[in-house]
Amino acid sequence: MMDLDDTDRAILRSLQKDGSLNAAAVAKRVGLSQPACWRRIRKLEDSGVISGRSIRLNQEALGFGVTVFLGIKLATRGRVSVEDFERAVIAIPEVQVVQHVLGLYDYRLKVVARDIADFERVLRRRIMTLPGAGAVDSNVLLSEETSPLLL
Amino acid sequence: MQDIDDTDRKLLRLMQHDPAASTSQLAAQAGLTTASCWRRIERLETAGVILGRDIRIDPKALGYEVEVSLRITLDKTHSNAFDVFIAEARKIPEINEIQTFLGRVDVRLNVLARDMAHYQDIYRTRLLALPHIADIEALMLISNLKNSDILPL
Repeated sequence: MMDLDDTDRAILRSLQKDGSLNAAAVAKRVGLSQPACWRRIRKLEDSGVISGRSIRLNQEALGFGVTVFLGIKLATRGRVSVEDFERAVIAIPEVQVVQHVLGLYDYRLKVVARDIADFERVLRRRIMTLPGAGAVDSNVLLSEETSPLLL
Repeated sequence: MQDIDDTDRKLLRLMQHDPAASTSQLAAQAGLTTASCWRRIERLETAGVILGRDIRIDPKALGYEVEVSLRITLDKTHSNAFDVFIAEARKIPEINEIQTFLGRVDVRLNVLARDMAHYQDIYRTRLLALPHIADIEALMLISNLKNSDILPL
């Protein structure tokens, strides 16, 4: 894992605040030349510190009014291939997040849907039919706030 | 809100899958001229459909090896349990996500720690001290198999 110095952290803080900044804008904020800043951003990306970029869309405006988090327990350990379950769940377009977890559940999913009826359709047709899916616990998201990672 | 047509959706799909693509690359893939593609993106931004751009940082790269989802049920006999709880949770820097739910769980906190000893320390001294907790269950992250915010447009 790459060692981060104070300048790297300053770059990450700027981009964490506004991911649309280009290398020139970040350079100005952290007091670097543009090429030097560009090289550092490139290095942060290549080494996986910056693991991805994304466009933040207005979910409601695009008709996705419901977000549900699911906890799933596998029903028959050993008899069903974990790989089959994982491959199938990852392929569902409405499922944005799949985490393998340790605790009361085996997997944690984030599902987006147009409304509760649409969520029910996804749950019945896609989730409950997954190979090996056992108990499912659903929690409908009401509010969410995130804070930047500590740098 | 302005209507979003099929071309807008196509453009948004392309942008979601390749956030770093240039306007001319997007235009070519969507079958638009660069100028009209640029105008559409501009309009989607002004209308608040595109809210911004984000980078994702790997917490492990910052030295956070442990990530735990704490699912909390609150003691709702206190009328302001939610507000008081969330106000206190905001003060803990290792919490990077606070979500409220309709379901069996009331609140979920995402907690980052350097290692298990650090987590244990936060858990005992800060998290268990949060007000109005009726029940806590923890899910420890083993691996992220999929992590995207791509909408199935």
